[in-house]
Order: sequence, then C-alpha cells, then structure tokens
Amino acid sequence: MANNNGKESLQTKLEKNIFAMYLFMALAVSLAGIVQIVPLFTNPETIKDEVTLADGSTQSLLWQRAEGQSLSDWKAGDGVRPNTPLEVAGRDIYQREGCYLCHSQMIRPFRDEKERYGHFSLAVESVYDHPFQWGSKRTGPDLARVGGKYSDEWHILHLRHPQALVPESVMPKYKFLDNAMVDGEEIATHMSGLRKVGVPYTDADIASAEKAVEGKTEMDAMVAYLQTLGTMIKFEDGVTYRE
Amino acid sequence: MNLSEKYDLGVVKWFTIMASVYLVVGTLLGVYIASELAFPFLNDLGTDLPYFQFGRLRPLHTNAVIFAFGGSALMATAFYIVQRTNQVRLWSNKMAWFTFWSWNTVILLAVITLPLGLTQSKEYAELEWPIDILITLSWASYLYNFVMTIHVRDRNKVPHVYVANWFFMGMMVMVTYLHVVNNLSIPVDWFKSYSIFSGVQDAMIQWWWGHNAVGFFLTAGFLGMMYYFVPKQAERPVYSYRLSVIHFWALMFGYVWLGAHHLQYTALPDWAGSLGATISLAMIIPSWGGALNGILTLSGAWDRLREDYILRFLIMSLAFYAMATFEGPVMAAKNVNALSHYTDWTIGHVHAGALGWNIMVAAGAMYHMIERIYNVRMNQKLMATHFWVHTIGTVTYIVAMWVSGIMQGLMWRAYDEYGTLAYTFAESVSAMHPYYVMRATGGVLVLIGAIIMLINIVSTIRRSESVQTANA
Repeated sequence: MANNNGKESLQTKLEKNIFAMYLFMALAVSLAGIVQIVPLFTNPETIKDEVTLADGSTQSLLWQRAEGQSLSDWKAGDGVRPNTPLEVAGRDIYQREGCYLCHSQMIRPFRDEKERYGHFSLAVESVYDHPFQWGSKRTGPDLARVGGKYSDEWHILHLRHPQALVPESVMPKYKFLDNAMVDGEEIATHMSGLRKVGVPYTDADIASAEKAVEGKTEMDAMVAYLQTLGTMIKFEDGVTYRE
Repeated sequence: MNLSEKYDLGVVKWFTIMASVYLVVGTLLGVYIASELAFPFLNDLGTDLPYFQFGRLRPLHTNAVIFAFGGSALMATAFYIVQRTNQVRLWSNKMAWFTFWSWNTVILLAVITLPLGLTQSKEYAELEWPIDILITLSWASYLYNFVMTIHVRDRNKVPHVYVANWFFMGMMVMVTYLHVVNNLSIPVDWFKSYSIFSGVQDAMIQWWWGHNAVGFFLTAGFLGMMYYFVPKQAERPVYSYRLSVIHFWALMFGYVWLGAHHLQYTALPDWAGSLGATISLAMIIPSWGGALNGILTLSGAWDRLREDYILRFLIMSLAFYAMATFEGPVMAAKNVNALSHYTDWTIGHVHAGALGWNIMVAAGAMYHMIERIYNVRMNQKLMATHFWVHTIGTVTYIVAMWVSGIMQGLMWRAYDEYGTLAYTFAESVSAMHPYYVMRATGGVLVLIGAIIMLINIVSTIRRSESVQTANA
C-alpha cells in the first residue's frame, strides 16, 4: 500500500518483490542465533572447567591425563573424562531406548533437587556428551548423579523388572538387554566417530575397545554407563562451581 | 472453468488425504503411549520385544503428528493458497509431486527406523542422517517451488503478495536453517551418527530447533493457513492489514530467541536463559495480534458461527491459540518455570497448541479445500460430531495435564514438618495415575474425531469423483 506522500514504503516494496522479502526474512530470523548462540561457542565462561579451592590453589574439573595413561587409570573424582568403551556402549543403548524421554540428566540449583538428586549439574560435566542428554521431562527421576547410588545388582534387577523393586513404577521392562552382546568392533567405530566430533580418545583407547567389551552384554554396558553418571567430579564444600 | 482445470490441485488433494490419514496414525500412537503411562503392561504385552515400548514409540508419535500430519497439511495448504492468491498455476507441478513422494518416503522410513531404535536422540529431530538428507531435499523442493510460483505471477493482476504467503515463506526459510544446523553430525555407519555439538551448546541448539519447530512449523505456517481460510470462509477481508504486517515481523524476529526458556536454571549461562524468558514474555503481543486479527475478521458476521462448522473449527482454533500463547509466556517466567519444567504441564501446553490450535485450524482448512475443489457441501453431521468430540477431547487432555503437572511440581518440592522431603519420587508417579487415565481418554476422543474426518473427506472425494466421471 502506498504512503500518503506517494512514496512506497519498504513493506510495499517487499510485498512486490518476493526475493527481497526472502532476504529480509532470512536476516530477521538469523539475528537471534547470532546474538544468543554464537557467544556460547566463543565465550570461555560458558563452560567453566577450573575452580579455586579453599586453600587458594586451582583445580581443573577436566581429567588431566598424563602421557601414556589409559582410561582405566582414572579414579572417581579425578575430573570429567571420556566414557570407557563399555560406557559408550551403554550410552548408545540409553539413546536407542529413548531413556532421555522420561529421565533428565540436569539437576537445577534448588534445595529440593539437591536433597533428592545431589549437587546441581555443571556445564563441564556434559562437555563430551554428543548429543547432550539433559532431557526435558521427569516421568522418572533425574539420573545426573545416579552413579554409585545403587548396587549393580539393584540396577540389573530393576532394569529387568522395574515393578519388582518399585511397585509404583511405569517404566518398561528391559530384560532383552540380557540377551544381546556388545559388538566390540562397532564400539571402536563409534569411538572414532566421537573422536572426530571432539572427544579426546587416543589411538590406544580405541584399540582397547574390542577387548574391553568382550563377553559383555548390553545389560552390563547399560549398568556401567548408569554407574558412572555424576561421579566424575568430587564436589567440595566452600568451592564456587558456578557464579 | 472449474477450479481443478485452472490450477494444479491433484497434489493438494493427495496431501490433504495423507494429512488426514497421518492424523489418525499419529493420534492412535499418542493414545497408545498415553495408555502405557497409565497401564505399563502395554509396554511389552507379555512379549520380550522393545518395539512397542514408550521410549521407541514416543518419537514416532511426535514425528507422525508434527511432520507427517502437520507437514502434509502445510504442504497441501501452501500449494493451494499460493496458486489461489497469486492466480497462477504451480511453477512446477512435477516438482510438487517430488515433494509429495519424498515427504511420504521420509514418513515411511520414520515408521521403520524409529521403532528399531535408530535415533539421534534429539527431540523432534530423532531421524538419522540419511533420512535428514532426504528431508532437506524434499523441503528445498517445497520452498523453491513455492517462491518461484509467487515470482512467476502476473504482476499486473497481483502486484502485492498476500499476507498468507509471507507466513508460509517465513516458516520455510527458518525451518531450513533449523533442520540443517541442528542435525549437523558425523556418521559412524548408515544408521548411527554423533552430533558435532556437545553439552551446553548442543542443548541450546536443540531447543533453538525445538521451540522453533513449534514457532515456525506449527505457528507461522499454520498462521498462513489462518490468514487465507478465515477470511475466505467468513467472506470478509482480514480485520487489519497493518496489524498483520506488525505481528508478522515481530513473530519472525522474536520467536527465534525463545528456545533458551527450555533451559532455565540448567547449566546454560543465566544470561541466555533470561534473555529467552524476557522475549518470551514480550511474544504475547505479536501472538495475540495474530489471534485478534483472525477472530475480529468475523466482526459483523458472528451469526455465521451458528451454522458454519468450518468457521467454528477456525475460530475455535484461534481461541486455543490465544490461550496457549498466553500460557507459554507464563510458563517461561522464571518462578513458574522452576515449578513447571520437567512436569506434565509442559506436555499439556504443547497439546493445547497441537490439539486446540493446529489440528483445528488444519481441519477447517482441509474441509474448506475439499468443498471448494469439488464444489460440494460435505456431510455436516459428521463435521459437527468431529467438532464436538475433538473439542471435548482437547479440553479433557489439557485439564488432566494441568492438574498432574502442577501436582508433580508441588509434590517434588514439598517438605514435611521435620524439614525433609515429603514425598518419594515413586509416590509422585502413583499420584499421576488417574490423570494419565483421563489424558488417555481425552486422546481417544481426539482419535475418534480424526477417524470421522478421514471418513468424511474420503467419502466426499469418492462421491464427487464418481459423479464427475458419470458426467464426463
């Protein structure tokens, strides 16, 4: 529609030229991504991987692996490390079965969540998670720190028949995990893929995969993955983990 | 000359039929997984197989409803509207058929791969990389054909591109960005890939995609339908041109920021979450601008609602749209989000949009198109039954999820007199049971409505085509 002074408004011009309108739309919808998403990649504050301890020294939240160390040299609390081959297999199953649809892995900084699930989650804890598994719904409880809370035996019984241990549960039964073996060659390929997207696996880690999962069932893998969740950082009192 | 000779409507007809088929399939899956939450034995039915479990079928339900039903409805209406409003045939009818076959192939592959557990595990973007590539090609053909059809119009007859087309095009542009970026991944074999993003950045990109699958696919595109079919069915011009310009650009610019409100209080930096929440609050203005522009188009013709069921679907959809776009900003506010996040309230909110807004506006549009293409009046009794069954089902669903969602949120944070958590998680699960049954019941009503629509559409087409053949 023409303005009163006879000159065409920008809107009018766009309505007559569909390609110009296309360009304006493409620009309008890109702005948010540039302002909101790009800084998450460029700003080092996004993922805080170092904290100051009570005695003034700094501690890295990422596992500082020495030359020649293997994944099995890591001890609980040493910092965030890449998953072991068996845990990679477990995580693949976690994705495959859609566990993330009912379980979150992201504890928020509220008193009730701290008491129910543990210390709030840090960005650095999912730095090797391709893709992230924070979830969006808690039909079941959060699993971000489920590692070490129950015994392996409990997890196996629970996965086979959740209602046998938690009568109110609406979780499906995962008995079939007992019957499938983990394929070592496949896990080695998956680890190479993960290395390509940035997970710091060494050649030795990948070469060790076949042996590491030999004779393991999908049930073993799933339990190994669950038992490692949230155990990588040892949280200490009086340390600021998030501003 | 009748409409079918003047325009390319074969592809419109088939997208419409497939949309109504996929609505039945999608809502059937919805009813099944909703029932699994109420009655967990449905997960295995005595077998030891994973294929019918919640975790495998839920992605199939969301993909079936959003992309199979929603996508087909968007493609049917876009191809119809772009021809009618620009008074020109499709730039390429052949390319439109490519869009049809490739899109339906994607859906077939989804039906096969998702129950097999082949997934990227990103919500609403579960399909693995080879299917993502096919989606990209199908989508590009849809976009290109649409833009070129507008471009080749006769500029003397149609100097200005009508507002419905802007909304469709905005949706096509943004969905291209979203789909391509969110699915960037490194394949390790034919059916497994790992996202190139991890942790906090991946979360932000996923919800940038997730919320704009809603904001563009399910809002901008469906507003495009609204801007054509409401004025057409009401036989009145759109209430305000100026309002449509303002709310269009506000929506294009504003919606994109909202994804971060899904990540408040998480490990995403506070500034990003707060930015998302703030713009979410402001989004009520463009959203209500659209809803009012549609509803007020009926000014002076309100009496038509008494006998016109198509108009009822369209206007009721706008009422639900206004309700859901009020609820959304409320849920994005930090204090409310602290309670509502992770609960069924979110599921209820999504379904207020999907059942109340998307299905209703698409049903109105699909009924309208079939009546115009065949120049007939469809079975009014079936249409009326569909309207009431669907409306009651939707309200039942939403109310069940409001109650269960708020209850979950309150139970999780409740403390007893000794200062310890009052409920175990399992207690909150068992408290949900009656509401899960109620939700499934609402879903059954929606499913019945979808079946009635399918019957009405298919029988109208068969009847009309046999009359046409007899006359020829």
